[in-house]
Amino acid sequence: MIELINVSKYFGERQVLKSINTCFEDGKVNLIIGRSGSGKTVMMKNLIGLLAPEEGEILYNGRNFNHFTDKEKESIRSEMGMVFQGSALFDSMTIEENVMFPLTMLTSQSWNEKIDRVNFCLKRVDLEGSNNLYPAELSGGMKKRAAIARAIACNPKYLFCDEPNSGLDPKTSLLIDELIFEITHEFNITTVVNTHDINSVITIGETISFIYQGNLEWRGNKDNVLTSDNERLNDFIFAQPLTQRIRDLS
Amino acid sequence: MIKNVLEIIGEYFLFLKKVFTKPAKASEFFRKLVDEMNAMGIGSLLIVCIVAVCMGSVITTQTALQIESPWIPKWTLGFTVRTSVVMELCPTIITLLLVGNLGSRITSEIGSMRVTEQIDALEVMGINSASYLILPKIISAVIVIPMLIIIAIFFALIGGYITVLITHVSSPYEYMDGLTSYFRMYDLVYVLTKTTIFAFILSSVSSFFGYRIEGGALELGKANVNGIVVSSFIILVLNLVITSIML
Repeated sequence: MIELINVSKYFGERQVLKSINTCFEDGKVNLIIGRSGSGKTVMMKNLIGLLAPEEGEILYNGRNFNHFTDKEKESIRSEMGMVFQGSALFDSMTIEENVMFPLTMLTSQSWNEKIDRVNFCLKRVDLEGSNNLYPAELSGGMKKRAAIARAIACNPKYLFCDEPNSGLDPKTSLLIDELIFEITHEFNITTVVNTHDINSVITIGETISFIYQGNLEWRGNKDNVLTSDNERLNDFIFAQPLTQRIRDLS
Repeated sequence: MIKNVLEIIGEYFLFLKKVFTKPAKASEFFRKLVDEMNAMGIGSLLIVCIVAVCMGSVITTQTALQIESPWIPKWTLGFTVRTSVVMELCPTIITLLLVGNLGSRITSEIGSMRVTEQIDALEVMGINSASYLILPKIISAVIVIPMLIIIAIFFALIGGYITVLITHVSSPYEYMDGLTSYFRMYDLVYVLTKTTIFAFILSSVSSFFGYRIEGGALELGKANVNGIVVSSFIILVLNLVITSIML
């Protein structure tokens, strides 16, 4: 379990995260939702250690991440997989090399073991036969799936996804959501997803933390997100005419 | 202004500390080092040779025009061309050319990796991105650039020889005699010392400006310009300092 206790983050004078208290449960898809600029990405960067909070604690199974030694940080990072918003595939490498990269750097597996694992991961994300393609030759959805394959290559305990379906059509978004959900349960991963996609919220949100202007405004799950009486959450969820119409019809 | 400059200098030294750490995987480091040496060496060889031949040719013509006195020995042309080319023109001018060529390539490569979160991806995997990406570039530059300068010196002298053959400003024999007169091994030590330091500055400063980018494509452009300007400035100042100390 990952817990955030009174986490605050400042950029100069500006407080971007304001005493956040929440937790992300093991073996579940945990969503962080909120409008653009609400602090979701900053929160995720704090979670994975790319930024450090000025106040508060981030606990991985009860241990404070920011008190870890460099060796311990390296060790816990080898248990993390991350899917970035823009996929962040290494563009000088083929898809096979991209997926193999963490295995090469973090394990001492033989070539045959690595290539077996790469092919397994690519098959799992439905990218069989794309081994020798470069990221520039892939569509947006394929890049996201390749990034997921790279993220799961080392059997991570924690999977972080920063807006995994931004810039994708609704159908592909749904496929990516399903893939994240299946992988989380298949490999018992603690998954944290940053999103503002309402489809994701109502289909895969096993726990949901709603961030509003740096505050944790609401916490719940996909079953009660549509029936909440929190005004700010409702403004966010029912912002689009389509969701407003569905609410009116029901 | 002064505070900003001091902050950037401090940041640069912290960056170097991060770069000069033991690579995570030696095999991967050597693979990247060979790739970089190939890209830097082979990629710059043609332009370096062309510029060197032209430079040697121009220096020979200019020098010949200045020493048309019967009192000056004929071998002076070859001697002056050799001294100018070896001691100053090739090490400095070719390095400045490489700042524009290799330096901007390094800044763009590292900067675009920063902008597209590829560097963040390395960090999340627990890999020291500065050491993984930049150490092979610096070591490669320190090995390859002095070699390129030696090749450039050779081609500049060839350029001068061709000019002598075509324009008859001196006889080829007297030109060659001048090239080999009063040669000191220390000159070569001086050139190699100077270019090794220049190579380190070129690669580390360019990488630093690419690595510290925050923002998007606009910042990448600014970082590229800053990398070239700052590297060139430091190289010119160091040229003065090293020349004062070593000669």
